[in-house]
Amino acid sequence: MARKKDRGSPEVNSSSMADIAFLLLVFFLVTTTIPNDKGLLIQLPQKLDPNEPPPDIKLNERNVFTVRINSADNLLVEDEPLQDVYQLKQMVKDHVLNPNNDPNKAENPLEAVVSLKNDRGTSYERFVTVLDQLQAAYYEIYGERVGLTAQEYRNLDRKDPRQLELMERGKEGIPMAISIAQPTKFGE
Amino acid sequence: MSKFRKKSNTKTEIPTSALPDIIFMLLFFFMVTTVMRESEIKVEQDLPKATQLKKLEKKSLVSYIYVGKPRETHRFGEEPRIQVNDVFISTPEIVQYVETERSKLDENDQNKLTMSLKVDDEAKMGLITDVQEELKTANALKVMYSTPQDIERD
Repeated sequence: MARKKDRGSPEVNSSSMADIAFLLLVFFLVTTTIPNDKGLLIQLPQKLDPNEPPPDIKLNERNVFTVRINSADNLLVEDEPLQDVYQLKQMVKDHVLNPNNDPNKAENPLEAVVSLKNDRGTSYERFVTVLDQLQAAYYEIYGERVGLTAQEYRNLDRKDPRQLELMERGKEGIPMAISIAQPTKFGE
Repeated sequence: MSKFRKKSNTKTEIPTSALPDIIFMLLFFFMVTTVMRESEIKVEQDLPKATQLKKLEKKSLVSYIYVGKPRETHRFGEEPRIQVNDVFISTPEIVQYVETERSKLDENDQNKLTMSLKVDDEAKMGLITDVQEELKTANALKVMYSTPQDIERD
């Protein structure tokens, strides 16, 4: 009798431990969502006081780069239709930096303004693509000034003083002046 | 002969005793990284892609606004709607939502509140502009258009 008892193994059977762990694992695999906290950052302007007339800002026409999107998602850039959105980036870079001192482009980068105006009927997708191109132009300019690609520039960390210094140096004198105007109301 | 016998004595099974440990390791990884969904999203969310993304530094400073066509079109109609937390709201209610979100933050961080707009790509800019006007009224001027990463092309 005593002998028989001794023969039984004293360990707890742990072969189903893996199954239990698998079950939990599958649960977490299914419920998990990788957080996606990336996107295009913009800063909205202050709300205007309705009692006061809107400030009259005079801009030299040559400094302003106008981009318009109508309700059918077509582009009008500097009063000319544009088919390919992906040309915008280069056009904005040329406008802001104006390497050949073109009299129709910005006097200097400090004064350059990109004006984006869309319609209420413009699709969000189109708007984001255009805004993305405009921001890309600026980030590329910033990056080139400090010897980085646009992507590397965007990923600079503010908390690191060396990287912050690079960031400031890239931005210096060239504000990202993308103005998003009140939309027109044709497409509603 | 004796050599043959010796071989037949060796165990042929793969030792599986370390399997639970491996699985547990994976399990802990997912348990730590997982974020439970805070709210059920009731609108369509096909976000448009973009390349020039910036990462938000602090997650606690972000509040979300979802815009898109309701999933249950038979109950809520085809028109794009605004959703915060678990409910649909009308445009003027955004101000109140921003105030509530802001009051949840530390006093030092209250002006750093970032509004993340998660907008379906079929939505029209008219609605987005209305939302932004309300955000301006609520003085929440930091806005992010939440988008997934697109491949850069030249």
